[in-house]
Amino acid sequence: MSFFLRIRSLVIKELQSLFGDPSSRALLIMPVILQTILFPWAATMEVKNASMAIYNRDLGVASTELVQRFTSGAAFTDIVVVHSEAEMADAIETRRAMLAISIPDDFSQKLAIGETSPIQVLLDGRRSNGAQIAFGYLQEILEIYLKDRAESAGHHLPSELVVRHWFNKNLDYQHFILPNLVAIITTIGSLVLTALSVAREREQGTFDQLMVSPLNPEMVMIGKAVPAMIVAFFQATIILCAAVFLYHVPFRGSLFLLYTGMFFYSLSLVGIGLLISSLSSTQQQAFLGAFSFMMPAIMLSGFAAPVENMPYWLQVATWPNPIRHFVEIVKGVFLKDAPPDRVIALLFPLVVISIFTLGSAAIMFRRKTT
Amino acid sequence: MSEVVVSFENVTKTFPGMESPALDAVSGEFRTGLITGLAGPDGAGKTTLLRLVAGLMEPDSGTVRTLGFDPFADSAAIRGDVGYMPQKFGLYEDLSVQENLNLHADLRHVIGEARRESFERLLEFTDLKAFTDRLAGKLSGGMKQKLGLACALLGEPKLLLLDEPGVGVDPISRRELWRMVEDLVDRGIAVVWSTAYLDEAELCGTTLVLNEGTKLFSGTPAEISDPLKGRCFHLRQPGEGKRRLLTDALLRPEVTDGTIQGHNLRLTFRPSTKPFEPDEIGAGSEANWSPVKPRFEDAFIDMLGGGPPGESPLTARTEAIPLDGKTVIEARGLTKKFGNFTATDHVDFDVKRGEIFGLLGPNGAGKSTTFKMMCGLLVPTEGTATVVGLDLRHSASQARQRLGYMAQKFSLYGNLTVVQNLVFFAGIYGLHGKRQRERIEDMTEIFHLEPFLITPTESLSLGYKQRLALACSLMHGPDILFLDEPTSGVDPVTRREFWTHINGLVERGVTIMVTTHFMDEAEYCDRIGLVFRGQLIANGTPDELKQSVADDSNPDPTMEDAFVSLVTRREEAATET
Amino acid sequence: MKSAGFSLRRLKALCWKETLQIFRDPSSNLIAFGLPMVMMFIYGFGLNLDSSRLRIGVLDEAMGTESHGFSAALQASPSLEVHRYETRDELAQDLVDSQIRGFVIIPPDFSRRVKNPADTAPVQVVTDGSEPNTAHFVEAYVNGIWQTWQLQRSEDRGEKLEPEIVMTPRYWFNPSADSRNFLIPGSITVIMTVIGALLTSLVVAREWERGTMEALLASPVTRAELMLSKVLPYYALGMFSLLLCVATAHWLLKVPFRADLLALIVVGTFFLLSVLGIGLAISTATRNQFNAAQAALNAAFLPATMLSGFIYEISSMPAPIRAFTHVIPARYFVSAIQTLFQAGSLWHVLWPDIFALIISAAFFLGLTARLTRRRMD
Repeated sequence: MSFFLRIRSLVIKELQSLFGDPSSRALLIMPVILQTILFPWAATMEVKNASMAIYNRDLGVASTELVQRFTSGAAFTDIVVVHSEAEMADAIETRRAMLAISIPDDFSQKLAIGETSPIQVLLDGRRSNGAQIAFGYLQEILEIYLKDRAESAGHHLPSELVVRHWFNKNLDYQHFILPNLVAIITTIGSLVLTALSVAREREQGTFDQLMVSPLNPEMVMIGKAVPAMIVAFFQATIILCAAVFLYHVPFRGSLFLLYTGMFFYSLSLVGIGLLISSLSSTQQQAFLGAFSFMMPAIMLSGFAAPVENMPYWLQVATWPNPIRHFVEIVKGVFLKDAPPDRVIALLFPLVVISIFTLGSAAIMFRRKTT
Repeated sequence: MSEVVVSFENVTKTFPGMESPALDAVSGEFRTGLITGLAGPDGAGKTTLLRLVAGLMEPDSGTVRTLGFDPFADSAAIRGDVGYMPQKFGLYEDLSVQENLNLHADLRHVIGEARRESFERLLEFTDLKAFTDRLAGKLSGGMKQKLGLACALLGEPKLLLLDEPGVGVDPISRRELWRMVEDLVDRGIAVVWSTAYLDEAELCGTTLVLNEGTKLFSGTPAEISDPLKGRCFHLRQPGEGKRRLLTDALLRPEVTDGTIQGHNLRLTFRPSTKPFEPDEIGAGSEANWSPVKPRFEDAFIDMLGGGPPGESPLTARTEAIPLDGKTVIEARGLTKKFGNFTATDHVDFDVKRGEIFGLLGPNGAGKSTTFKMMCGLLVPTEGTATVVGLDLRHSASQARQRLGYMAQKFSLYGNLTVVQNLVFFAGIYGLHGKRQRERIEDMTEIFHLEPFLITPTESLSLGYKQRLALACSLMHGPDILFLDEPTSGVDPVTRREFWTHINGLVERGVTIMVTTHFMDEAEYCDRIGLVFRGQLIANGTPDELKQSVADDSNPDPTMEDAFVSLVTRREEAATET
Repeated sequence: MKSAGFSLRRLKALCWKETLQIFRDPSSNLIAFGLPMVMMFIYGFGLNLDSSRLRIGVLDEAMGTESHGFSAALQASPSLEVHRYETRDELAQDLVDSQIRGFVIIPPDFSRRVKNPADTAPVQVVTDGSEPNTAHFVEAYVNGIWQTWQLQRSEDRGEKLEPEIVMTPRYWFNPSADSRNFLIPGSITVIMTVIGALLTSLVVAREWERGTMEALLASPVTRAELMLSKVLPYYALGMFSLLLCVATAHWLLKVPFRADLLALIVVGTFFLLSVLGIGLAISTATRNQFNAAQAALNAAFLPATMLSGFIYEISSMPAPIRAFTHVIPARYFVSAIQTLFQAGSLWHVLWPDIFALIISAAFFLGLTARLTRRRMD
């Protein structure tokens, strides 16, 4: 009984000092709101409003129609008409166009006699990903055009691909980014918080005050962990609500599973935060230490690029990275309604990481006080 | 011969967000040929005045002339001629002694032969020659202070401004620094020394006393303490129960102020009153009065209308612990090694219930390491530290429940309010519900915290912070209290009040262990352990220690004399062998 | 008057002090030397937007020669790792579990319908939409294989089924279209931002917190010396890191670098001065390390990652955000350094970016200068 009452005192103290003064309250909430507003719009791999240069030497009906189809979608809104190969290259070089289409003068003629007509597309390799995606759009438009032509001529293709995208019908990038943000933003908040809070108590001398009280190091750790977890839950819930109610990303899975995942995830984060803070003696070291962990960990979480694209050894090496597993859980539960056994399989690494980091932090804490 | 180098008239400075001005129409001057003391409690406006004189700020109104210039508008003109040592000395802790000196020499264009000579002279002067490669952060407080002074002295300034150079520095280092500064004065440099310690101010040639932004007094220390002539007395050989006697004496209307000095009481009387008969407060038959020379501190307290009342309301609210004469704190062969450096070397002592035990020693002597082992913050390499018969290593939690701790630096949660801090400390010591509420009410009343309950702790004045810190450490009614330099930087009135509370607790059987650099605090102790180079070199009552160094040239040594000569003796003995 | 005016000696002394402090603090060493290398290798090996080998499932319900031919074509593709399945349930489950990123189902009537000239036989392709980028790749790869297979099949049967129009892509710069070739230069932007803004955001605040600023202000130091003493050492550190990163990218990670050193130094200089300006302005304004660090994280690091165009195309962002990116110096540096790596020292391409960086450097350093006061209050 007394154990819990003492821990409750620690937790209340921590929450009061976090939410007590306006500036630290603002630091907990403002970045989350700002990021929830900015990032879903900014972080997109879709190509929209892109610029395209067109060098059309052919005056036939076919080329005109095709160009018309290319430029009518949402992907390309900025069309630059050029009149030479050199101008085409220049438009790419100076970034006036992401890609440039060159239609030869015999295009319509060849098409009419049934020969294969080539179209050359020049892509800006400095932005190869965007250009590649944009090229994919063009390809799609071309295929539909060809199919329409074939059908109007009475031809049938022997087979066709019927493509469907599960979990995210239109491959809306926001459906991908928002569940990821739940994981990423929560990480920044709770990791920096735990790493700094112990270092700050040490700099201010209040840590000694706790150490001479009847609290043992484990109680002090729990007292630090619980508020950080509360903050993590709080921030995650903000983004979750924004995702569902503002961005209308359908939530398909079980909230219970999601929050269970969140519990173990925040536990493992807190473990890392406490470990960093037990290793650093100043706030600067704690902050830069947390940052040095966070930056690679986020990059290797599958958020910026899928884990399966990494070389095998690196995929193995990212196993101790809790963000990687939690990103999977959120996406799985959120979009795919992942079943409990799948979530439990993903929870396993988080539990191992938590035990390891909290255990080492506890050992470090004990050692620091000796 | 004495030349006015700084003059200021009606200087006022207000900071945004502060109710009253930091400085309110203060006038005065600083001269060459003497040390000007700038005295006053925390928040009196000392630092603000120094910064105005150094041209680091602009006054709201009034004029300042430093070396004939307006220091703010013509700051470039005076920079080279003003040496300034900020609080905490302004050193780069990650640079070595030599690198700090190089930086300041370059900043002040001390080059070529002059640079070589300055370094030679200053290193000699500050005794830092052997440590030029050591990082400033790894120096002891006294050495940092000397290095800070050396940096401020580069470029031969005409005016030297020292902001609280004595804080956290032991008496020996303070004496050395003082000698250096006197030397500078003889060479024609005007020196301003700001301090919250009035015994330091007393040594100055002239003193400007500030309190809450206004000038309380200016003149020589003698001028200040003269009006108290014939009003200060020692009550010698008062017999048993000196704390009770002090309380009773302070209750008498003719007594304005009183302190304990070893076995004696030191009292100040109202003008034109006479000392009462010692037996009226129950002193022993041998008790007698002897007049003493008034001190600066007496005068200061008198100017503020006398000391605080003698009875602590804490006494009545503390459960009496029977004085069973048992040893409650015990150190046996206590040793702590950091690598191959022995910070504490086989220290033994014991403290009986209801005693005040003081731990004294120069900076870096191992006093705080010893203290930290006693309260369980450090685990000894060898030996044992027991508190109420419990080894802190084995039954830590249980033992810690019985002790209270007040840290050197203010260490409560600054961004929490006063009441949040109180509730927190009650909570972690296991007080809940009705008991918690009652105890917090008690503490609020005893320490007059009522008006500040919802104030963030960091915006309290130092005096109130210190009261709150004591309240938090007493919340759970500990029977042992550890105090680590509890009154650093606090003004004498608040310090008196603090000791009144401590005396009240001791009356009820609480045992106190305290570290301090203040010799007048040491006088309150029942016994003192003097730590030097990791060893306990003396252990006895204040009077015993003083007596042990008395000789023909100094028949009545002060506590500071005792401290200095015991340490020096030991040092000499060590160099001989 | 010995103290008035600018003094090179004082500036040198202050810069030397700053340099010693950088090298003596383990955490600033970590940020300045350790983190850039780690990040370079992570971007070099870990971040790869081009799916190299995608895992997909195939369920052949037709079990005929036609369907067999198609699934064999899928299996033969080097960009796919094909697993065979027996039931649709298994496919669905593995897609939910992210074991596969998509699957192809060849329906039972495939062989019959494909042979019927009046009919078109559907092949079902399902992708994992929770990874839109990968889903695009799955679709594109399967589509490519399907087209080749169909062409091959027609040829084998002596039919003519050549596409009427062929689009051939050609990459101007980065001919292999390797995403590493633009991610690694882009990541240098993030690293430079961390060194320039995050590290310096702490340094002025630290001097205020530790009381050393007061000692400096009481000495004859001028405002210009004070500011330059913070800019120059961190500029040198940033430049060193930049060259180190470019060298690592070029020689170890084999990302082609086509520009000359002069262009790199010019572009790097103005970008570094901009981010140093941001870091110092934050530090000077807050005078508090905790807040400065948080502010730098939100004002410099996150925009450099998310809004600089380094991973995400700026042109695809909504107009208000697009407008906002114009005040982020990282945006111009990303664009310039990608040109430097992939295209070379094309001054006519670089100058608008350099011009924007000069303006932002002047703005942020000017702001720092305004905020730098030779006074305590």
